[in-house]
Amino acid sequence: MMATSKKVLEQEPSDMEMLLPWHATGTLNARDTRRVDEALLRDAELAKQYAVIREEYAETIHLNEELGAPSLRAMQKLFAAIDAEPAQAPARSPAISARIAGFFAKLSPRTLAFSAGLGALALLLQAGVIGVVLLKNQNVQYETASLSTNEPSQPLTRDLAAPMPPRALVRFAPDTRISDIAALLDRYQASVIDGARGGLFRLQFGNRAMDRDEFAGLMRKLQSEKIVNLAVDAQ
Amino acid sequence: MQVLYGRHHVRVFRFGLRLVRDEQVAEDLISEVFLDVWRQAGKFEGRSAVSTWLLAITRFKALSALRRRKDAELDDEAANAIEDTSDDPEVVAQKKDTSEALRKCLTALSPEHGEIVDLVYYHEKSVEEVAEIVGIPENTVKTRLFYARKKLAGLLKAAGVERGWP
Repeated sequence: MMATSKKVLEQEPSDMEMLLPWHATGTLNARDTRRVDEALLRDAELAKQYAVIREEYAETIHLNEELGAPSLRAMQKLFAAIDAEPAQAPARSPAISARIAGFFAKLSPRTLAFSAGLGALALLLQAGVIGVVLLKNQNVQYETASLSTNEPSQPLTRDLAAPMPPRALVRFAPDTRISDIAALLDRYQASVIDGARGGLFRLQFGNRAMDRDEFAGLMRKLQSEKIVNLAVDAQ
Repeated sequence: MQVLYGRHHVRVFRFGLRLVRDEQVAEDLISEVFLDVWRQAGKFEGRSAVSTWLLAITRFKALSALRRRKDAELDDEAANAIEDTSDDPEVVAQKKDTSEALRKCLTALSPEHGEIVDLVYYHEKSVEEVAEIVGIPENTVKTRLFYARKKLAGLLKAAGVERGWP
């Protein structure tokens, strides 16, 4: 190795020779440092070269230190230039969706699967708790903007038992004019409450309930109308 | 920025000065370097040391500044720099001052050799960092420094200083 050092120098430098400067400055990794240490112990020529390198190292530092430092002018110029710069916009944080996507992208598939399972379990648990609470509090009154069960009870739907105006299904004669139908509706204080399905109109008479006899009389009168072919009770 | 400037400006200045060889230009250079850093702070990815990033910017700015100079002027300066050193050996040899001779010869190295010597010995940059700053492969970094040292030894020999290597 000792003998080869000079020969190598005349041709191509060896790896060890090329690494010597970094060994001297302590910037080699541990493996290369160990390799160079071992080579230096074995090779006196290499050790001599290393001594020369240490001189170069010291004098390069000396040379650079002699260069002094920049004047205040450089600093003033820099900070004047910075002051003249337009205000820097604050670094925009990425969109929330991008950050969320980034967060999930960083997770390993295993972690992601575990998190999803845990989330599903939490949802089921939550649903169970809500169900139990609802069952326990069935009688609890509630209030919304439009409805309060704390107020005196009022029917939410029309009372089917309450008296209603009478209704009938009527079929008019085929050649009946609209004006004749309008006149009939007017006379009977009736209104059409459903369209002509199969030629039948559902009519409601007046706005008060009638007893059975009164309604039967109404139906007879209706059936006697020239323009009415058929009138049946549609209560 | 003040902290960053306070911590690095001297080394940035010295590295720039060794490249451009003009104090005024070197001072302008550090203002430009730190202003660039101020503008591009968001682009610093933190993959390398801040000083490595700064030196890479400095080198780029210095080379741009050198290119801006007239070619003739540059050639004259380079020639003068080398001439000065070659004139010196007698004086240096008389003084028998190896250290001074070494420093003189260091200044006579070519910019390519000089910058790599500075980066390794003064700025204490690793092979990888020098490769990043100079923009060359790591193996080229190693061989370039080796030949820079060989050149330095040749200059010293010409100045009458024998160091036993090579």
